[in-house]
Amino acid sequence: MFASRLSRVGAWTVKELCKGKYKSAARMGHLYRPYGHYLQPLFKPQSGTKIFQDTIFQRHNTFSTTAADNHSGEENEEEETISVSFVDKDGEEHHIRVPIGMSMLEAAHENDIELEGACEGSLACSTCHVIVMDMEYYNKLEDPTDEENDMLDLAFGLTETSRLGCQVIASPELDGMRLALPAATRNFAVDGFIPKPH
Amino acid sequence: MAFCRAKTWFSRSFSSLSSNPLRVCVVGSGPAGFYTAEKMLKAHQGAEIDIVDRLPTPFGLVRSGVAPDHPETKIVVNQFSRVAQNDRCSFIGNVTLGSSISLSELRELYHVVVLAYGAESDRVLGIPGEDFAGIHSAREFVWWYNGHPDCKNLDPDLKSTDTAVILGQGNVALDVARILLRPTMELAKTDIASHALAALEESSIRKVYLVGRRGPVQAACTAKELREILGIKDLNVHIQESDLLKSPADEEELKNNRIQRRVYELLSKAASGPSLTSSGQRELHFVFFRKPDRFLDSGDRNGHVAGVHCEKTILKESVGSGKQIAVGTGQFEDLECGIVLKSIGYKSVPINGLPFDHHKGIVPNIQGRVLSNTTGNPTLVEEGLYVCGWLKRGPTGIIATNLYCAEETVASISEDLEQGKLPSTSSLPKPGREGLLQSCMRGRNEKSSEDKSKTGNHSEKGFTYKFSSLSRKCKKGRKVQRKT
Repeated sequence: MFASRLSRVGAWTVKELCKGKYKSAARMGHLYRPYGHYLQPLFKPQSGTKIFQDTIFQRHNTFSTTAADNHSGEENEEEETISVSFVDKDGEEHHIRVPIGMSMLEAAHENDIELEGACEGSLACSTCHVIVMDMEYYNKLEDPTDEENDMLDLAFGLTETSRLGCQVIASPELDGMRLALPAATRNFAVDGFIPKPH
Repeated sequence: MAFCRAKTWFSRSFSSLSSNPLRVCVVGSGPAGFYTAEKMLKAHQGAEIDIVDRLPTPFGLVRSGVAPDHPETKIVVNQFSRVAQNDRCSFIGNVTLGSSISLSELRELYHVVVLAYGAESDRVLGIPGEDFAGIHSAREFVWWYNGHPDCKNLDPDLKSTDTAVILGQGNVALDVARILLRPTMELAKTDIASHALAALEESSIRKVYLVGRRGPVQAACTAKELREILGIKDLNVHIQESDLLKSPADEEELKNNRIQRRVYELLSKAASGPSLTSSGQRELHFVFFRKPDRFLDSGDRNGHVAGVHCEKTILKESVGSGKQIAVGTGQFEDLECGIVLKSIGYKSVPINGLPFDHHKGIVPNIQGRVLSNTTGNPTLVEEGLYVCGWLKRGPTGIIATNLYCAEETVASISEDLEQGKLPSTSSLPKPGREGLLQSCMRGRNEKSSEDKSKTGNHSEKGFTYKFSSLSRKCKKGRKVQRKT
């Protein structure tokens, strides 16, 4: 039963990709990985679905610090996830589960949350800017590198607990973290004025 | 008559598309244009968007402005390409607003026109000698090393001098300095234009001066770019310690500005760092508190720049704005050089029939809605005409700034549609793309028959460029590539 469901998804995936609608797959922030490299499934991984998860998690992100151990690549490993909430600029909360080792940017894209990622996770932009809503969780994160701080300098609506979503990696102690998407239009002013962090 | 033809075109369109779609034309295919198109596609499921550009290739400054050694900054073209691949979106190159088609004609063809064509000209200093040979704008120099068709023949002389002066200390100034100073072995691995690489390999420039009117606290560059240039191998960086002294007003500025604080820290560290002096090494000098007064030419090379006559400045608080401005002290100093690059800001180009604020260099607008004049009177809105990007805000900000700018403009368009401030698409269908192509073809046929009589057979390359049918339909079109 499982196999037939997978094969149906697989067939649908191939059809969708041929139509050129690989939007959500291609938007995942994989550093240095050309996005034609492998087929990405377009469904949300359930906790029981192991087969495709390794292809989602394999990353060569040299800028991040992964708290969790690297995946061995075995298909039947028990994948742990944490619970993360994204609060969008309209105040709506989206509760998702994020596998350990995945960045918040990837997780947002997998769950159709509107988080931009112009440079696809290469620390060359500030569009995946998120605000950690609870200071307790912000302090659990490793300090941002100079490179991340350079990009945060330019982020709109910068706050004391701002981070780049591509640099925040899911680890067990971040379970329950809430991230707010900056209310861009509220903070934007036509003369280019960037409001003081609040 | 055109209306009847438009109707026939409609009946031939795909059945899946709306028969009276909202026709939107975005003029300019840089970040402002593409972010606008992306948000319009999302907000209006029946809309058809055409992005036009005067060049045959899209992406504006992402292609022609981002330095070749910054490839990660260009990754955003992947996102833009996906926008253009949407069924309801087309990119049409080689369409110049003002010559291929007039603004009023475009407004006849589309319900909504968004002007996002940026700033393709330069601010001028307005000082004597500005027209000497050897003085270029940074914009032209950047276009030159990025292979922009307009500047491929710039041919800057990098061989008859060892010193370049760059006026300005923003990120563009740093980019230009870095390209002049980076070992060409490293540049060879990038997608820099081959004519530029060849010229840089033969360049005799070893000293670059970055000249600013104000101090390190006011430097307009940002940390990433500064860190990068300070980290170039075997580069001797010179910053005067005395320039780093801060006044109380400076401290106040730094207190409130994270970017400037981090930039100042980097400059301080660089000034106090070890100074390696071995001959043959390249030098980068940060020169603060100097305002260019006039350009000097040399005796043996009349009309060619040989130096910049600068006035020393001090900072004074500008009444009203609270900002510190540079004021001349009457003391002067000369900087010898053989090439000058002015990096003092871009400027937008006005178009016939378009209201323009020459003082600010932008199209007068309120939240992206174009106003008929510069009085700021909100009732004088030009129906169906909007702006986005540098043309709307002035030439400042990064690629991502356009994300929010586009959001604002699209919100204005959506609001206007909702409130009936634009004619409904069913009461006034417009020909859109088909009309545009017909109009341009008409113009091109007239032009080529004119040209044939003058210069013989003349054909234009790559007229229509559709992402989804690169090699099939459009034989003359070109693949998306970073070098032109």
